[in-house]
Amino acid sequence: MSEPVIKCQSVYKIFGANAEKMLKDSNGNVDAKTFQENGCIVGVNNASFEVSKGEMLVVMGLSGSGKSTLLRCISRLTDATGGKIFIEGQDLLNLNNKELIDLRRNKMGMVFQSFALLPHKTVLENIAFPLQIKGIKTEDSINKAMDMVKLVGLDGRENYFPRELSGGQQQRVGIARSLAVEPDIWFLDEPFSALDPLIRKEMQDEFLRLQEKLQKTIMFITHDFDEALKLADRIAIMKDGIIEQLDTPANIVLNPATEYVRKFTEEVPREKVLLIKDVMDETTTSDIGDLKVSKDEIIENVAEKILTQEKTVAVTDGKNNIVGSINPAKIINTVFGGRKNNH
Amino acid sequence: MELLKKYPKLFQWLFLLAVFFALCFAIDVPETYKFIRGQAEFVKDPNQSTFVFLGKEVRYYAFDVFWRLPPLLGWLPIWINDSLFFLMNDWMPMEFWNEDTQEYKTRPLVLQITRNLTAFMTFLIELIREILLGGLETIVAFTSWDWIDANPWAELPGLPWTIVAAGSAILAYKLGGKGLALYALLSMTYISIFGQWKPSMQTLSFILVAAPLSFIFGLGLGVAAYKSKRVEKALYPILLVMQTMPQYAVLVPALVLFGVGDHAAVIITMIVAVPPMILLTLLGLRAVPPEVIEAGRMSGCNNWQLMSKVLIPTARRDILIGVNQVIMVCFSMAVISAFIGAKGLGFNLLLALNQLNIGLALEAGLCISLIAILLDKMSLAWANKQVDYFGNLNFFQRNKNSLFFGVIVIVGILLAYFGSIYFKDGYNYLFEVPHNKGISTADFWNKGVDWIFDTFFVYIKAFNTWLIVDVLQPMRALYLRMPAIATLVLVVGAGYLIGGVRSALVVCGLTLFIALSPWWDRALVTTYMATFGVLVSCTIGFTVGTLCFQNKHSTNFMLNVCDIFQTFPSFVYLIPVMMLFGITDTSVLIAVIVYATIPATRYTIEGLRSVPAGLHDAATMSGVTKFQRLFKIEFPLAFPHMMLGLNQTIVFALFMVIIGAFIGTEDLGQYILKALSDKKGAGIGLTLGICVAFIGLIFDNLIRTWVGKRKKHLGID
Repeated sequence: MSEPVIKCQSVYKIFGANAEKMLKDSNGNVDAKTFQENGCIVGVNNASFEVSKGEMLVVMGLSGSGKSTLLRCISRLTDATGGKIFIEGQDLLNLNNKELIDLRRNKMGMVFQSFALLPHKTVLENIAFPLQIKGIKTEDSINKAMDMVKLVGLDGRENYFPRELSGGQQQRVGIARSLAVEPDIWFLDEPFSALDPLIRKEMQDEFLRLQEKLQKTIMFITHDFDEALKLADRIAIMKDGIIEQLDTPANIVLNPATEYVRKFTEEVPREKVLLIKDVMDETTTSDIGDLKVSKDEIIENVAEKILTQEKTVAVTDGKNNIVGSINPAKIINTVFGGRKNNH
Repeated sequence: MELLKKYPKLFQWLFLLAVFFALCFAIDVPETYKFIRGQAEFVKDPNQSTFVFLGKEVRYYAFDVFWRLPPLLGWLPIWINDSLFFLMNDWMPMEFWNEDTQEYKTRPLVLQITRNLTAFMTFLIELIREILLGGLETIVAFTSWDWIDANPWAELPGLPWTIVAAGSAILAYKLGGKGLALYALLSMTYISIFGQWKPSMQTLSFILVAAPLSFIFGLGLGVAAYKSKRVEKALYPILLVMQTMPQYAVLVPALVLFGVGDHAAVIITMIVAVPPMILLTLLGLRAVPPEVIEAGRMSGCNNWQLMSKVLIPTARRDILIGVNQVIMVCFSMAVISAFIGAKGLGFNLLLALNQLNIGLALEAGLCISLIAILLDKMSLAWANKQVDYFGNLNFFQRNKNSLFFGVIVIVGILLAYFGSIYFKDGYNYLFEVPHNKGISTADFWNKGVDWIFDTFFVYIKAFNTWLIVDVLQPMRALYLRMPAIATLVLVVGAGYLIGGVRSALVVCGLTLFIALSPWWDRALVTTYMATFGVLVSCTIGFTVGTLCFQNKHSTNFMLNVCDIFQTFPSFVYLIPVMMLFGITDTSVLIAVIVYATIPATRYTIEGLRSVPAGLHDAATMSGVTKFQRLFKIEFPLAFPHMMLGLNQTIVFALFMVIIGAFIGTEDLGQYILKALSDKKGAGIGLTLGICVAFIGLIFDNLIRTWVGKRKKHLGID
């Protein structure tokens, strides 16, 4: 496998006057409470992970969990206090100002929770802004921006000002702006949190459509666990600056690592999240029935079919080879079982 | 004991007052003490004591230390003065090339720098003045007098008034729509017809130089302060003092450095106008949402791009409000700097006031106010105007205003040309209405004043006498009767009770500076006048504000009235009061009251308006009456903001009291005015200015600390 696009090794971010010295003294054993007593606030505590090309990592946590701080360390909007961050093998913290600007101009795009559009520029000018900052000719940048306007479905509104747009439309502009330079890495900081629930769902679907087309390497921040499950390839759950668990959505739902993570998973409708392959047995038994289901189906879609069977159902892969089996009892167990704490 | 525990603060205050009065009664007035009316420094009196510090001899009347502190800072003004003179005349003499005499000449560095600076300012002012009025100085600056004699055609002809009037109307239309355009046209026409064109344009040219320069410097320093904490910390005390320093007091040292005339006035105006610009720039930049800055950074902006393309455009509105402030300060200074020989309406106004020609003064004052309101409204309209999109308009649509102006210029020139044929022998009224050939209403006003005086003389006199004898004199005597130590205890104690040790130390330092200067008595008189003005202003302002707040229309009406009154340069307020009350303390105090009522009213309304709507609804639903709502909910919540209004009221009152010296008062202002005509006045003027600023800052510190704590307590911001 090739080099990961983003690689973090024990990243710390500690706010406060003598944060660096305290971190050094602690030998990598950071306790938020002791630090707080000494006037330091721990934002990110020993974060290590990798994001490979085309993968979407969703960082999920409640407010104050350090998820936005982590993102700002990786985009170097703030400097991490300790640890190492590599972007495509480049040591981010050792870049000088010019190299950093170059990196941002060509490799990175970012979307913000409050949209962060420039109020004095039109939709088109806002989208063309990163291109013009790069020094691209006005005509070329406007043409390119116009493509972006079409990509996010804002054609006809390119000469509006941000103040004349709805929240959803403003965020489309924000998305288009972040994509204008065709970055490889895409940062999204709670992009849909400021939107109404219906618009939010619409934007999530739109976002999935875009990602299917563009295949960017993505770090997506959210405080909404359902959103994380819906979008993520992998989810990192953060609490008090620490990554509590980093795994695929299915593994998090099935095997929550800590009590904190379990609380999120309890309310989740598993049949909507898990795929057949997440719960199937990899072995095939002899009394297998005639029905075959694909291993990539969501349980909800095939549950009825499986549950009406008496026998175990065969599971196939894309090429119609049988790769495992699933017992109707397993489905019932998955959907209704394992929630002892709930009632 | 129960009460003591319940209201500890109240008893602390009572204790402080008790100590204060005990000190007042315990310390007797020394027999030799009398209020010094003249300028003690130049009168040799065998009763005076002396001390020598840093080689300067300071003479003073010695009293018991508890009664009046000795003027240990008496050397400071003399020392400042001598240093300034040394700097100007003896420090770092250097060889400089002299254009006129074609030889090298030895000149001190500072003198050379200031002279070059003033020459540059003079050039700028002349340039704009000659575009508006015509002349040949600008051409001469590039060529020579000989050349202009040989080529008389090159003299700038100046713009006919019709073009300037129409041009300002077009600009007003572009910024603020039809109403503003009509106002611009009418006021410009008025100015022309009433023969005030020349002085008005002189004032305007002064402002057109001073305002942009102040804007550039203010913006630059504001950006620097935003980027560097160190710069901000260095600027902060200067900004603070400049906000409470009477503009008058800056005139004196600038007189020494830059001489007399328009150029000096521009430089002084910049000194006064830059601080508010810095503050508003800083405020605007701080208010830019952090995510917008991050978006700029992530778009790959370098520092310069981030500032010029993201931060400043986003903070546009606050920055343009700063421009508005700068323009207002410039108008105020345009009048005041007439004292150091700036030409224009201010000079005419001052002259007329000196001759007690109220009618003429009124005309000049009206013109200043008209232009001030015009520029104020225009700059505000500019600040509130949203950017428009022009991309899909054709050339004509995009430039229709400029094209229209082009047509106006041609028409105006043609009109002026025909005028020169039509009015062959007399004055070309289509080009410029000369100063004494316009319609004048001065006689009418003068007669009116005389009539008022004749008719109401008895009543005015009676009121005047009553106020002075029964109110002002006793109040003044009470203030002067305070032993210095008692005042100090009161102020420091108040500081401690409000803001703890830190506040106490700050106000102690500020008070000590005044007490150790030679002008403690004068400062007491200034404070007494300001106190009287503030008390009356606040009573009126809070009442009017509260009454007006009961109705939406009256609220807006009152705010508009405040806006317009605030636009008048402070000097204008002296005209009507002198009309009615002549040259007395009453005049000054009434001017103070009118001027200081503006912030009191405005902040009352704003404070009441800032009470959240949700609370209103909640109160209404719990069934309160109108009065209950006002007293139980609105007043307590609006009170901190109203106290900020009190703060502004004090600053405004102090300003006016100092300007009142022009009418004749016996406070610090009188000495500042004297310092203006004194060769060695620079140090005295500056120190006096600092004294006045410190009086303001004492109250500022106390009120702000209190408001900060109160707001935190109430959880509002």
